[in-house]
Amino acid sequence: MQLTVNGARYDIDVEPRRTLADALRLECGLTGTHVGCEHGVCGACTVIMDGEPIRACLIFAIQADGAAIRTVEGLGGSALQEAFMAHHGLQCGFCTPGFLMLATAVLERDPVASDETIIEALSSNLCRCTGYAGIIAAVMAVRDQGIR
Amino acid sequence: MRESEHWVGRAIRRKEDAALVAGQGCYTADLPAPRHVRFVRSPVAAGRIAAITASPGAQMFTAADLAGVAPLRPLIEKFGYVPITQKILADGVVRYCGEPIAAMVAATEAEAEDWAEQVTIEIDSTTPVTDALAALDPAAPIVRADAPGNLVLDTRFASATAAAEPALRLRSTIRSRRQNASPIEPRAAHAAFDRASGRVTLTCTTQTPHLMRTAIADLIGMPESELRVIAPDVGDGFGQKMSLAPEFVVLVWLARRLRTTLAWTEDRRENLMASFHSRDMSVTLEGGFAPDGRLLSIEADVIANVGAYAPYPNTAAVEPLMSLAELPGPYDFAAYACRARGVVTNTCASAPYRGVARPAITLAMERLMDKAAAALGLDPADIRRRNLVAAFPHTSPTGLVYDEGSYRETMEMALAAAAVPAFRARQAALRRENRYLGLGIAAFCERTGYGTPAFAARGMAVTPGWETVALSIDPSGFVEARIGASPHGQGLATTLAQIVADALGVTPDKVRVIHGDTDRTPYGFGTFASRSLVLSGGALTFAGRALRAKLGAIAAGLLEADAADIEIRDNVARIAGTDRTLPVAALARASYHQAHRFPALSPGLSETATYDPAGTFSNACHVAVVEVDVETYAVRIERFIVAEDAGRLINPMIAEGQIRGGVAQGIANALFEEIVYDGDTGDILTTTLADYLLPTCREIPPIEIHHLETISDATVTGAKGLGEGGTIGAPAAILNAINDALAPFGAVLDEIPATPLRIHAALALARS
Repeated sequence: MQLTVNGARYDIDVEPRRTLADALRLECGLTGTHVGCEHGVCGACTVIMDGEPIRACLIFAIQADGAAIRTVEGLGGSALQEAFMAHHGLQCGFCTPGFLMLATAVLERDPVASDETIIEALSSNLCRCTGYAGIIAAVMAVRDQGIR
Repeated sequence: MRESEHWVGRAIRRKEDAALVAGQGCYTADLPAPRHVRFVRSPVAAGRIAAITASPGAQMFTAADLAGVAPLRPLIEKFGYVPITQKILADGVVRYCGEPIAAMVAATEAEAEDWAEQVTIEIDSTTPVTDALAALDPAAPIVRADAPGNLVLDTRFASATAAAEPALRLRSTIRSRRQNASPIEPRAAHAAFDRASGRVTLTCTTQTPHLMRTAIADLIGMPESELRVIAPDVGDGFGQKMSLAPEFVVLVWLARRLRTTLAWTEDRRENLMASFHSRDMSVTLEGGFAPDGRLLSIEADVIANVGAYAPYPNTAAVEPLMSLAELPGPYDFAAYACRARGVVTNTCASAPYRGVARPAITLAMERLMDKAAAALGLDPADIRRRNLVAAFPHTSPTGLVYDEGSYRETMEMALAAAAVPAFRARQAALRRENRYLGLGIAAFCERTGYGTPAFAARGMAVTPGWETVALSIDPSGFVEARIGASPHGQGLATTLAQIVADALGVTPDKVRVIHGDTDRTPYGFGTFASRSLVLSGGALTFAGRALRAKLGAIAAGLLEADAADIEIRDNVARIAGTDRTLPVAALARASYHQAHRFPALSPGLSETATYDPAGTFSNACHVAVVEVDVETYAVRIERFIVAEDAGRLINPMIAEGQIRGGVAQGIANALFEEIVYDGDTGDILTTTLADYLLPTCREIPPIEIHHLETISDATVTGAKGLGEGGTIGAPAAILNAINDALAPFGAVLDEIPATPLRIHAALALARS
């Protein structure tokens, strides 16, 4: 099957039970997407599929055949990445790619998203290090920049 | 001439971040391997293994194959500790649900999992016991024959001072339920065999690479020099990754046996079942108070459920012993007696988790203070004012020396921020509308940055404490600091670079901190116990001073000036007050390639230094304002205030991040997280994140942080540790606030997590 990730095409050969998370990490060598729970709660595996944030551990690779996948490796120095660094939105970095992709999707869908919308969306993912304040501040800062 | 501080104290961005936000971090599970390992684990809590049968074609290893590997036996040689052992793979008997029994090897993770699922294990189950109090019953099942009475520890302490006869004797018991540190990155190991040298490189999720190396080499019976341990990017740890995972030993053994490279990653279910648990404790206090609220005496009874095995290196005594030693906390009283017991049960081993024992003992003391205040008609702040240590140095009843701190001042600061009188007025008004708000205080001090002298008191066979660093400047003027600490999110590569930058007169971008590789760094004890910034920072200060002196001498020689007149700042050496300068790079180059010009100096720029202090105490006060919904029993945290004093803050942004993360875990400890076992079968019931509730951003309110900086002599950098404080005070502040909210009903709750079910039960009990 074919995976289109960050605009590049990957021809891969996987069992039907291979999750998208594992296919990205192993077959495509894109280890920026992390696996934290394999049952759809922590969100560390969040990637964007056809514009929507999804949990790559809950999708089979074959379900992504023909879809446009975006991962953290494709963000390329975004305002969000800059904001995470400026606002101390990460400590160990393990949950960070998932949050970046989640926030990217949220702000692309709604660049002027309200505080409540942002917090509601960010509650999809778990962080154990930061207590969330830096993550929320970073996403709101980018939203504020978009408003200006 | 002494350069003023230039980088220390500034909230500069972290050097770690650029790679991590780009998804370019390298975590253990990111490493490819031709072979993968999956463990077969006990489905039952207790029993004798009758047979282990794999499908034909499976490559399976069991305890029989690992007969040459020694059992884990972490030791404490004091306090009558019973050193229970652990076979690396269960040998004949299983003692908790999830215990590893066999290792399956296959070409892929999926295949290894397939083989593991096909293994049948016949176990003759025996009756388990999972509750500590139940295990203390004389009729209880014996968890293990080498722990008579199901005890690994039953020790007592009594201070010399006898208590004056108190006006009020008050008894209070708290129950802290079992926690799992739950790092988002599950544990993983990658063992690579090098055919040329015969060495194994173990890349793993550890907080203590050198200790892992020593331990694993000992157990396998291999020279330590044949093992290299690397901690790559590690996705947080909170203590859970400081204890040796038996699975790591299996990986190294397999790499040597099969002469290949293997990888293992646990899944979340395995982490919840079979990593390490903590905080499963009951603490009963009997406090003696004078009529004015002065605390005269404490008698404590600490019971810790330590699980079926002992973690290396801290042993199964870590929580009860630390409770015994540190229970007096920030309060000034002399008559103290404590009995501390470690009880084995058929559960996963308990090991250090951020805060270690102090969340539970702080919970106990702070609940007692509130109850005493109520009994004596005192304000909860007043009773604390009367008892918080105010003169330093202060020696606790157990002989711990508290250096300069601000225990009262942080409480006043937090209370001022809380605007208590206005809150009380609002609380009263809202009660008339059937809404119940409460305010809770938790004052505490946190032992940090302590070296060998302090650890030695515990009598551990592995006595950690000192930290050594190797600081060098290469011919290009670039600085390398190699440390034995092992950060996993704490930002040490940044904060230590700030310290080194100030010590040498360079900029932090010219400083690379190397850590987490036993082939490249001096022997050290890793990162835990809020120690690394204090200890590695202190050692780097010493090494930095020595190198700075050398740089000054070289500059003096090259510039033909007095060393005393040399200033070094922003990578440039200058004769003070002149335009005569040389870049540090030129000094470095001369040191290596023109060494003959400096006969009084050794060639090159390299210094090692060790720091091994007695330790220091930071302090803080947490104040929580909550609302308890008396129909749904939900708790809403309206405000959470932290006033903390950790001495000099090297990087305020990083310091605040540590506080916020710790408080979030403390809040979750107070309200949500609980590992639950079935009391009859011993099965673990919380095996997914839908059962074990980690907080999302919705559950964590904005945390208001206030700082004080008390500089003490006990730490060379002026910095104290603060990484654990958030977990230590938050549960007590929240539980006290909940009790304050429920006070009109006469309801009392002394158990965490304070779930809706427990709040409902407390209210129902009060009504009856």
